[in-house]
Amino acid sequence: MNPPEPPEQLQKPATAIPSMAQVSRERKPAASTVLQKIRTSHPRASRIPDAVFAVIILLSAISVFAIVVLVAWELIDKSRLSLHQFGIAFFYGHDWDPVEGSFGAVPFIYGTLVSSFLALLLAVPASIGVAVYITEMCPQRLRAIISFLVELLAAIPSVIYGLWGIFVLAPLLREYVEPFLARTLGWTGLFTGPMYGLGMLAAGIILAIMVVPVIASITREVMTAVPQNQREAVLALGATRWEMIRMGVLRNARIGIVGGIILGLGRALGETMAVTMVIGNRPEVAKSLFAPGYTMASVIANEFSEATGDLYLSALVEIGLALFLVTLIVNALARLLVWSITGGTARVRA
Amino acid sequence: MIRSLRVLLCIAVLVSCAFAQTKLNGAGATFPYPMYAKWFNEYHNLYPNIEINYQSIGSGGGIRQVANGTVDFGATDGPMTDQQIAESKVKVLHVPTVLGADVPAYNIQGVSGELKFTPEVLAGIFLGKITKWDDKAITSLNPGIKFPDQNITVVHRSDGSGTTYVWTDYLSKISPEWQSSVGKGTSVKWPVGIGGKGNEGVAGNIRQLPGSIGYIELIYAVQNKILYGVVKNSSGQFIKADLASITAAAAGVKMPADFRVSITNSPSKTAYPISSFTWLLIPTNPTDANKGKILKEFLFWMLDKGQTMTEALSYAPLPTQVVEMEKAAITKQVKP
Repeated sequence: MNPPEPPEQLQKPATAIPSMAQVSRERKPAASTVLQKIRTSHPRASRIPDAVFAVIILLSAISVFAIVVLVAWELIDKSRLSLHQFGIAFFYGHDWDPVEGSFGAVPFIYGTLVSSFLALLLAVPASIGVAVYITEMCPQRLRAIISFLVELLAAIPSVIYGLWGIFVLAPLLREYVEPFLARTLGWTGLFTGPMYGLGMLAAGIILAIMVVPVIASITREVMTAVPQNQREAVLALGATRWEMIRMGVLRNARIGIVGGIILGLGRALGETMAVTMVIGNRPEVAKSLFAPGYTMASVIANEFSEATGDLYLSALVEIGLALFLVTLIVNALARLLVWSITGGTARVRA
Repeated sequence: MIRSLRVLLCIAVLVSCAFAQTKLNGAGATFPYPMYAKWFNEYHNLYPNIEINYQSIGSGGGIRQVANGTVDFGATDGPMTDQQIAESKVKVLHVPTVLGADVPAYNIQGVSGELKFTPEVLAGIFLGKITKWDDKAITSLNPGIKFPDQNITVVHRSDGSGTTYVWTDYLSKISPEWQSSVGKGTSVKWPVGIGGKGNEGVAGNIRQLPGSIGYIELIYAVQNKILYGVVKNSSGQFIKADLASITAAAAGVKMPADFRVSITNSPSKTAYPISSFTWLLIPTNPTDANKGKILKEFLFWMLDKGQTMTEALSYAPLPTQVVEMEKAAITKQVKP
């Protein structure tokens, strides 16, 4: 169950498209005049199909709206019992006790946000590295192979990542990585406590691996769309290769890259199966990344089927509502970030 | 050519009309799913015009769907509570079908033997009171075994489950502290430990984490050859979980008229203490009389022929006196 996903997927690519559209507009200025000619040569014949087409397009645009509103309405309606019982306290309560019938969402919200941001922290530099290598430095023959492999990563089912997490990643973390982190960075308080291998750190790493193909392939796509003459111009001004990549390519592509990161974040927030297999499933807020945690999507997947009692069920639906709201807020913040970047570009151009 | 095809088609239509398929829909518990799938399949082979669909969506879902009348029957690993019965739109009869058990599985460095557990030790470990494997409470029970100075990591189910219900029901019975601070349910607020998804998740975590202990279904442990401990029952005997000791647990408990009974911590001398029934939930006044009649016939088949198929799948069969009691109750209470 992950209601907020469809609208996200429909909306997100829009952030990546403007930059590409801008680029293509420069290349083909003739398109609109050609269309104008066709339209004037058949004035009547095209009117009805045009109108029908406009209505169909409008309906599909509205359907996105309708889905979001329906999802929100359904979540609020089905969680009414829990909303009534706990009120706003649900969103700052720490307790999750199905036997006593006491429910609070904080450990799950915390787990979702921390695991997702940890994933981005690890995945963003790696993905941009992959994209830069593929578009700018890779020999032609290798390019297709690496792109194919990156996209292959996206096609692996999440349960496979989860099993790999339990049987390969967790022992690796427990035996080598966590003792090392505890020795060197233990003073930060982020890497202390018993080392299970399973926990927030494992969830962050698994999510990072799952998010890399999303961000890398969009970043690559956007970077490929940067016109060749931009690169040549920067090089002609005497820039080195690195300066060319930084100023000529990354700067032009940054809106698209942010769009890719938002899409990756969306996947990380909603990911259920792989996370629940490695995060340890303990509804607790702990500072240490070694400690087990829990996410909103995981608790719904874990407990929904066997939830007995109306209040319990209602509380789980309200967790869904919380996930919906968190996704909405995170997306809004990301959109603000994109706007601030776009604004910056406009000012530079002016 | 075309004509003969037409004739064939007509015959096919006539035949399919004569042997109209009756489809029954059920939903609920995941624990007995392999057994139910086998039964429904065998029954379909016997009576090709009857098809019983079963969705293993979990006990909670099974109770909800049968209470709302959206399925022809439900299934659950824990009996319905008084409140659930009061709120149900459909009056149902609990029909025990097979028995299962939870076993404690562990992974301790250097220990490859079968460990003995008492109720006090199990409660102590799961409450977080006993934290080391070389704790005196454990070592004194297992004198021949050398325990390392290792922390105990508790592994429990993260998904709501009948397995958890049976385990916590047992701990509630033998430990007043567990009863008051945690209680029983398909999901509870665990005092310690990490959660694994499904039997495979718990077993996987136990295998991976040195010093861990968790509970899994007997069937899963047997099929995957996982080492598990013996548990002291209420008469002071250390009993290993197997089909005979589970059936004994059921035989030792007085069966109430509505079959809603917990057989954990059974008084029977040879009983394995962490055993449980699993139930089908049969509407006593079915909306479709024809379907009700078919379901009733199936239940009688399940109680006779069906019970002989259980052991091949590692489920314990019902004790004979329970079978007789169920037959009488079904005849009397379930219409038509």
